[in-house]
Amino acid sequence: MLCNSELRSFQHHLAEFDTRGIRLFAISVDPTATSQSHRRKMGYTFPFLSDVGAAVIRHYDVLHRGAGPKGEDIARPAEFLLDKEGKIVWRNLTEDAAVRARPQQVLSTFDELNGKTVR
Amino acid sequence: MKRGWNWSLWFGFLTVIVALFSYQFFVLFPITRDFPWANLLLFAGGGILLAIGLFRAFGRPAVYRGKIFGPILTVLSLLMFGLFAYGLFYIARQMPPSLGAPAVGQAAPDFTLPDQDSKTVALHDVLRLSDTHAVLLIFYRGFW
Repeated sequence: MLCNSELRSFQHHLAEFDTRGIRLFAISVDPTATSQSHRRKMGYTFPFLSDVGAAVIRHYDVLHRGAGPKGEDIARPAEFLLDKEGKIVWRNLTEDAAVRARPQQVLSTFDELNGKTVR
Repeated sequence: MKRGWNWSLWFGFLTVIVALFSYQFFVLFPITRDFPWANLLLFAGGGILLAIGLFRAFGRPAVYRGKIFGPILTVLSLLMFGLFAYGLFYIARQMPPSLGAPAVGQAAPDFTLPDQDSKTVALHDVLRLSDTHAVLLIFYRGFW
């Protein structure tokens, strides 16, 4: 419910990410089949990556132990913005599952950073 | 004298039900999601109606009904509000500290994962594409 709210808002602003060359990836422990059907159902057009076993999620230390519906380890909501070199330029680790990153936040952060580097 | 229908008890109870379940709708908009003020207003409205109903049932029992179902509806309403508040103000705030998450200025750990079509996506390959100026990773809980 909350995740869809966030993903949906990014989908609505996808054109603005595309024109800036910002590539979006959604990552969770969902198997590829779940991502595929969910993505189709909700009309999301950016890629969904499947981290079954949560190896990458652990690597980024965004694991939420036992928070799945059957006590599985899942990802906590978190966002990382990387520059062209793969360096993290902005991140958001919410303390409240209901308070999520907003697309405008990421876009303005990107614009600010790139305005600085270009000039 | 036939006692009158205590409508404010029922409308209050109905408002509380709407307050609980309408978060599914209000969650879609960041302004009513980040803080559920729309739902809290509905709960408050329901509470006021229930209070009026109880006041009538017990204050003027000769005119209004509801001495038995009034308290029952009120307890059910309090349970629904408790459930809502527990979920949104307690459970939702139990986030792990993620102290080891890569910080601003650090290199993002590389990864290779399958996408929804089981096609392999490697972060270093995506970064190398000429039209990639930035990458946004959105970790989400999942739909299982």
